[in-house]
Amino acid sequence: MDARTLKEGVVAGRLDSDALASGFADLHKPLSDHEALVAADRCYFCHDAPCITACPTDIDIPLFIRQIATGTPDAAAKTILTQNIMGGMCARVCPTETLCEEACVRQAAEGEPVQIGRLQRYATDGLMKKGIHPFSRAASTGRRIAVVGAGPAGLSCAHRLAMYGHDVVVFDARPKAGGLNEYGIAAYKTTDDFAAREVDWLLKIGGIEIRNNTALGRDVSLDDLTTEYDAVFLGMGLGGVNALTAPGSDKDGVLDAVQFIADLRQVEDLSTLPVGRDVVVIGGGMTAVDAAVQSKLLGALNVTIVYRRGRDRMNASVWEQDLASAKGVRIITNASPVAVHGNGTVREIEFEFTDDDLDPTGETFRLAADQVFKAIGQKLDGDNLPDLDGRKIAVTGAGRTSVKGVWAGGDCAAGGDDLTVTAVAEGRDAAEDIHAQLMGR
Amino acid sequence: MADLMTDFVGIKSPNPFWLASAPPTDKEYNVRRAFEAGWGGVVWKTLGEAGPPVVNVNGPRYGAIWGADRRLLGLNNIELITDRPLEVNLQEIKAVKRDYPDRAMIVSLMVPCEEEAWKAILPLVEETGADGVELNFGCPHGMSERGMGSAVGQVPDYITMVTRWVKQNTRMPCIVKLTPNITDIRKPAMAALEGGADAVSLINTINSITSVDLDLFAPEPTIDGKGAHGGYCGPAVKPIALNMVAEIARSPEMAHLPISGIGGVTTWKDAAEFMALGAGNVQVCTAAMTYGFKIVQEMISGLSEYMDEKGFASTAELVGRAVPNISDWQHLNLNYVTKARIDQDLCISCGRCYAACEDTSHQAIAMSEDRVFTVKDDECVACNLCVNVCPVEDCITMVALDAGALDERTGQKVAAEHGDWTTHPNNPAVRTAAE
Ligand SMILES: Cc1cc2nc3c(=O)[nH]c(=O)nc-3n(C[C@H](O)[C@H](O)[C@H](O)COP(=O)(O)OP(=O)(O)OC[C@H]3O[C@@H](n4cnc5c(N)ncnc54)[C@H](O)[C@@H]3O)c2cc1C
Ligand SMILES: Cc1cc2nc3c(=O)[nH]c(=O)nc-3n(C[C@H](O)[C@H](O)[C@H](O)COP(=O)(O)O)c2cc1C
Ligand code: SF4
Ligand code: SF4
Ligand code: SF4
Repeated sequence: MDARTLKEGVVAGRLDSDALASGFADLHKPLSDHEALVAADRCYFCHDAPCITACPTDIDIPLFIRQIATGTPDAAAKTILTQNIMGGMCARVCPTETLCEEACVRQAAEGEPVQIGRLQRYATDGLMKKGIHPFSRAASTGRRIAVVGAGPAGLSCAHRLAMYGHDVVVFDARPKAGGLNEYGIAAYKTTDDFAAREVDWLLKIGGIEIRNNTALGRDVSLDDLTTEYDAVFLGMGLGGVNALTAPGSDKDGVLDAVQFIADLRQVEDLSTLPVGRDVVVIGGGMTAVDAAVQSKLLGALNVTIVYRRGRDRMNASVWEQDLASAKGVRIITNASPVAVHGNGTVREIEFEFTDDDLDPTGETFRLAADQVFKAIGQKLDGDNLPDLDGRKIAVTGAGRTSVKGVWAGGDCAAGGDDLTVTAVAEGRDAAEDIHAQLMGR
Repeated sequence: MADLMTDFVGIKSPNPFWLASAPPTDKEYNVRRAFEAGWGGVVWKTLGEAGPPVVNVNGPRYGAIWGADRRLLGLNNIELITDRPLEVNLQEIKAVKRDYPDRAMIVSLMVPCEEEAWKAILPLVEETGADGVELNFGCPHGMSERGMGSAVGQVPDYITMVTRWVKQNTRMPCIVKLTPNITDIRKPAMAALEGGADAVSLINTINSITSVDLDLFAPEPTIDGKGAHGGYCGPAVKPIALNMVAEIARSPEMAHLPISGIGGVTTWKDAAEFMALGAGNVQVCTAAMTYGFKIVQEMISGLSEYMDEKGFASTAELVGRAVPNISDWQHLNLNYVTKARIDQDLCISCGRCYAACEDTSHQAIAMSEDRVFTVKDDECVACNLCVNVCPVEDCITMVALDAGALDERTGQKVAAEHGDWTTHPNNPAVRTAAE
């Protein structure tokens, strides 16, 4: 421990570049050829496999694993990508422990599932490394479709539509495409600029034009789009963040976790990114864990996640919680923020313990904090959108909204579970529905 | 601990585990290490006549097939007999036997099909103090092209002739090693018996091509673009070897012919199975070549533990114990009715039994919405396929119906008495007899 570690306040360069590089390295190392064969050998090629059912994109897992085991990993990649064009990113970011791998029969048998995620990455990485894009466009249909948001939902929808021969224009408010793949996912899950490389690879299908720095509601309106295009898909995710209501929440140093993560994902040199000595993260989901872990990896001395309900209610999976603990993050549960203290800038944050019904107990405590990250949920941004269901766009069937000719999917649409893979599935399914409707089938 | 001491045609060894004639027994260095590891005996790598030794290929000589996790299941080789000078081998045999008098030392031989050749080599072997000879009538590649090995083993008359020469020219016990590359193993075995063989050993390797190089379009192992068939051994050949051993053991004419069981012996259990089918001891090659000599420790401890559990004081009590139960299909009891039973606590819901039965058998397994698999007794023909494909041991078992119970498939009650094909009404022979 040196002076940099102990230095109070929000400062850059707490760790040297070696420590930063090793901390932010690939969370799950890619499988070597040998490891992949050993891992693939464990698959039983189940009938109507439960892992497929558990995959939101219904990848034929036993088939692709058998293709790896029989020495044809490129065929395996095609099996994966046919169902999930972002199979490469999903292999890195899917909480497999609550999806396919949880359902794997070898989890039931031995508590050790087949390493589906890592095998998926093995196959897709291999294909992408060779620069192969295994899909091609059908003859042009002359139809034009507008997609709002170049995140997983939008890109998946765009790719499927382009494949069917439609021309797609994707509008995105941000300077880069990829959505949260580019701006949100934890850095150690998508190293070496994978998000951008995957977008480039995906666009090789042709027929997709991306217009960055173009926001719906600011630069274009939904009316413009419905008039100009044959169909519109909304995949703009959740741009807003929920507000913290505790008094003092407006003090300096109280920040949105997603903004912090976006900055982190975009910074060239991590040693220039400032982080507090005492960091408190409020929330219990993946964003909270990612903000906390990455603060720790940047060199914060004390990082604490405080969640208002019990551990079992946390949205972050047990695996994610354990990852946080392993990195030295402390998790406090059943406590809600009641006040942020400090003179202009946060110094301390005060919590009150709550019972399981969130009723206050009267017991309070304070944590030193020079940085507080709010990770208490994102929300849909924007006006003049189709009808909502709660706080998201209401959809029926494969993403049909209340407005004719307008579909929605991914985080902005009601009903999903806010995962990359779900966004990909919904984008794909909406594309199928749009295609069927446009072609009169 | 049970006594594993074995007496095979008068040759004593501390346990029934011998190394088969092959690379593990090709020289003094290997055999000393084998004896240190605990092997009961060895059959020295086959010797040829005096003079310039044979030569081996200088490219790869093995091919293989693998199971999950690259577990070696079958090995194929195109190696010939020893490629070292006869004198060197004989000196080494003598030295090792002197230092390990309690271990069995058998010398495998293959010389041309002329009495002089056998007369010449046998005294040299005797002089080493070896306990016996094994006649290699089995090597299926290379040597057979020169009129030796399986070229002899495939002609029963030659077997009798050569065995006779050997018996006439030495006092040493003579084991005849048989090739499986024939249609009826009993013929060469009988031929050996007629020639005066003290025992037979089987099997030698099976003609095989393990794989084809799909870029070179040549069999593997590939030597400069070409491949020749080799001899197959290892776990994959065990079922074939077991059957051949059983065929001989159950032939009344050969009931007392000692058998040394060879072919895919990999664990103590494999050895015990060969012995139960009538082998007085076993020989091992591929398992040692795969895992090294140390495996004999597991074989020794495993067989002892099993014999203790069974209360067998000596291996003789195990040898041949299953022979009376080797039957013909026509005598199997058709009134013995079983049904598959799935242990729901062990089931991991993989659905393999369902796929197997539904697609390829009798549509006798039901699959519920929530992946519970159950057997439909009214469809199950008791084929055992589901048991064989289930990844969890003992998860599916075949349970016999009691006499008098209803077989829901046939709608008939299970008969108490034995009833087989010989008396079955559908048997044309039975119908003719009744007419
Ligand atoms: C910090 C963090 C970590 C996460 N980690 C994981 C994880 O490990 N695994 C996992 O499966 N999921 C994770 N998620 C969730 C996952 O990232 C999202 O579910 C997924 O990205 C949703 O995809 P989407 O296409 O619906 O939206 P987004 O990825 O949010 O993409 C929406 C796109 O729309 C654009 N946009 C927004 N508004 C407008 C507008 N008005 N006009 C034009 N464009 C607009 C945005 O710029 C963005 O590019 C994480 C989320 C966060 C916030
Ligand atoms: C490389 C190799 C060389 C062999 N050479 C001989 C030999 O010289 N003489 C012989 O009688 N059998 C030879 N065999 C056959 C073995 O002794 C044995 O019969 C056969 O491999 C089956 O036993 P296993 O399944 O335990 O390997 C050889 C086998 C192998 C693999
Ligand atoms: S559940 Fe597991 S073992 Fe079965 S097919 Fe899927 S990955 Fe393979
Ligand atoms: S024993 Fe055969 S018929 Fe019966 S359930 Fe099993 S696979 Fe089906
Ligand atoms: S094969 Fe075995 S484990 Fe798999 S579903 Fe059938 S009974 Fe269960």
